[in-house]
Amino acid sequence: MVDGMDPKAFVLAASALGAGVAMIAGVGPGIGQGYAAGKAAEAVARQPEARSVIIQTMLLGQAVAETTGIYSLVIAIILMFANPFIRLL
Amino acid sequence: MQPRTFTVPPPREVFRVGPVVVTETVVNTWLIMAVVIVVAYLLARRLRRIPRGAQMVLEMIYEGVESLVVSAMGPGRRGFLPYVGTLMVFIFLSNISGLFGLRPPTADLNTTLGLALITFFSIHYFSIKTKGLRGYLRSWLEPIPLFLPFNITGELAKPISLSFRLFGNILGGYLILGLVYFYAPVLIPVPFHAYFDLFVGFLQTFIFAILSMVLIALAME
Repeated sequence: MVDGMDPKAFVLAASALGAGVAMIAGVGPGIGQGYAAGKAAEAVARQPEARSVIIQTMLLGQAVAETTGIYSLVIAIILMFANPFIRLL
Repeated sequence: MQPRTFTVPPPREVFRVGPVVVTETVVNTWLIMAVVIVVAYLLARRLRRIPRGAQMVLEMIYEGVESLVVSAMGPGRRGFLPYVGTLMVFIFLSNISGLFGLRPPTADLNTTLGLALITFFSIHYFSIKTKGLRGYLRSWLEPIPLFLPFNITGELAKPISLSFRLFGNILGGYLILGLVYFYAPVLIPVPFHAYFDLFVGFLQTFIFAILSMVLIALAME
């Protein structure tokens, strides 16, 4: 520990940074969902009559692809609002 | 003066009975149950052969859920309709309860994990029921016995991913709405409510139901 530094402040700062770093995981679902939406747009252009089925499939796949992003969101929320490390001090 | 900061309170404790703490989540769940029971009783009291008014809406909802079950599980598995319908009605009302100023019960991991565990036990129950105990135990060793640890991890991941998906989405929406209300309490939250409560709420209901059905149907093959 750095001399003269409040350990609580250090833990809080590290937790805030950790929450931000955790949200980098949002990149993955963003790319994945965008790719799915692009493919769905192509599919609708090719077969406009299957529009509702395509949109349903797209939304289902996107929601599953979103899972990893949601995990990181949960971790960021825990670090910000229910910090488990403060209690260890 | 203490600066105003944004915090998210965990579900408030309403009262406690002995060691059991009854939180806001539980009370809001009771409220939703009461609403469902009263509305279902009032609307289903006088059913007509030729539907009109509220009965029309009720039948549209029923037919929507029915077509979903038939398309996801096959026409022979219509028996899952009551379970899936109840699941969808409850999750949807929970998700949109933020519109009425309640804390959504699905923004609490206890609720979503409970719902996911129902699906988890259904998966294994119906798997044993259709394959028999021998076939069920053999399914753990597929495709080769070496895969047993991966199969166990995969099975345990199902309820976790189901519950965290719903929980994270709804809690995230609740948090963002809390932030919006904190900085701009008038008029600005309206589009946020439309997106986070109505759209995400409906989408996540749909996803939870479809995934539950697909997982159960897969286990029965």
